[in-house]
Amino acid sequence: MAGFNKVVGSYSEAMDGLEDGMTIVAGGFGLCGIPENLIVEIKRKGCRDLTIVSNNCGVDGFGLGLLLEDRQIKKMVSSYVGENKMFEEQLLAGELEVELTPQGTLAEKMRAGGAGIPAFYTATGYGTPIGEGKEVREFNGRQYILEESITGDFAIVKAWKADRYGNLVFRHTAQNFNPMAATAGKITVVEVEEIVEPGTLDPAHIHTPGIYVDRLIQGTFEKRIEQRTVRKA
Amino acid sequence: MALTREQMAQRVARELQDGYYVNLGIGIPTLVANYVPKGIEVMLQSENGLLGMGPFPTEDEIDADMINAGKQTVTAAKGASIFSSAESFAMIRGGHVDLTVLGAFEVDIAGNIASWMVPGKLIKGMGGAMDLVAGADNIIVTMTHASKHGESKLLTQCSLPLTGAGCIKKVVTDLAYIEISDNKFWLKERAPGVSVDEIIKLTAGELVVPEVVPEMSF
Repeated sequence: MAGFNKVVGSYSEAMDGLEDGMTIVAGGFGLCGIPENLIVEIKRKGCRDLTIVSNNCGVDGFGLGLLLEDRQIKKMVSSYVGENKMFEEQLLAGELEVELTPQGTLAEKMRAGGAGIPAFYTATGYGTPIGEGKEVREFNGRQYILEESITGDFAIVKAWKADRYGNLVFRHTAQNFNPMAATAGKITVVEVEEIVEPGTLDPAHIHTPGIYVDRLIQGTFEKRIEQRTVRKA
Repeated sequence: MALTREQMAQRVARELQDGYYVNLGIGIPTLVANYVPKGIEVMLQSENGLLGMGPFPTEDEIDADMINAGKQTVTAAKGASIFSSAESFAMIRGGHVDLTVLGAFEVDIAGNIASWMVPGKLIKGMGGAMDLVAGADNIIVTMTHASKHGESKLLTQCSLPLTGAGCIKKVVTDLAYIEISDNKFWLKERAPGVSVDEIIKLTAGELVVPEVVPEMSF
């Protein structure tokens, strides 16, 4: 890597340094905006005992669901799981641990983690099983629980366009958790549909500034659709 | 007659006001979008990062990068904006969404709601529901009044693990429209042809019944 050129030459280089037992923060919502090729690379590398922080865990045979096939995941931190038969089997067999986290709390944990804020108070989950054992504090007559932020050894992110500086633009709702994930990795790896010439992206329209991005690679994407709903033309 | 799912959605839709930002949960709440009263404009918030959700796309418009919180392909309406999950939940948790409509397994007289977990069954997660109920001031729960076995879902105290504590003030069931305050259910309207006695029988928590309970009309 030279200066502000974040582009790497291969997926193997993109995920270099990933080891057993590490924590990975991943962008994506369902199958939308997931770093699908980086996930395939993690499967190829075969790292095990991974903790994955991601809103969901893909589906059987695609997305993070691929990492279940060789039992590479030790623990998932997610808001919604179970679109996935293999996930259910491993969970019921006690081979997989899940820390269910409210979706907004999960997004904020990533955001805070990336922003150097170790914990924050939120009303979400107070009085529910999610609040059990957590510090409670009252502000202006309302009860809040203390939630700790999240960072990862790696963050894996999917964006639409980038320049070699690592400035990112996301497309439509494929943005979702990606900007927060990008800030929360010790090493942030981003795959994009297109790497454009510096100066092409309007600086005022950058979603994620390149300072958060360590490695960048251009890929091709299947973009599988989970629920194909249409109306008549 | 108990209300159909469509009629429940229609009844909820009467609570919409011009200029409202609204988050609709999965199931019956989603149907509310079909009954926005004529002459008013509302904007639908989808918690995966879309404010201004439009209809499903035509076959030609389908775009894998354009989905709603139910992971269905959708379009963006005129005036829409798209943003990150953190921004989306800043809107929700910061109390900026005017109305949230969601389903539930149980509610109780204290305004507690249980909607995400049945112990002993596979737990899939709460998604954004805990954030939505904690962040919104104006929440409507839609659910059937009782289970298939005739067990009331309007209780003195929720039996299932909570999604949120003390946050529900309005419930539209297939039998009635009920408000919650002062640790009581207040019967406000009944479904056409449904007797007050039937509603009393299927409401486990304390229910205040006024002398006249208006019948909903559709």
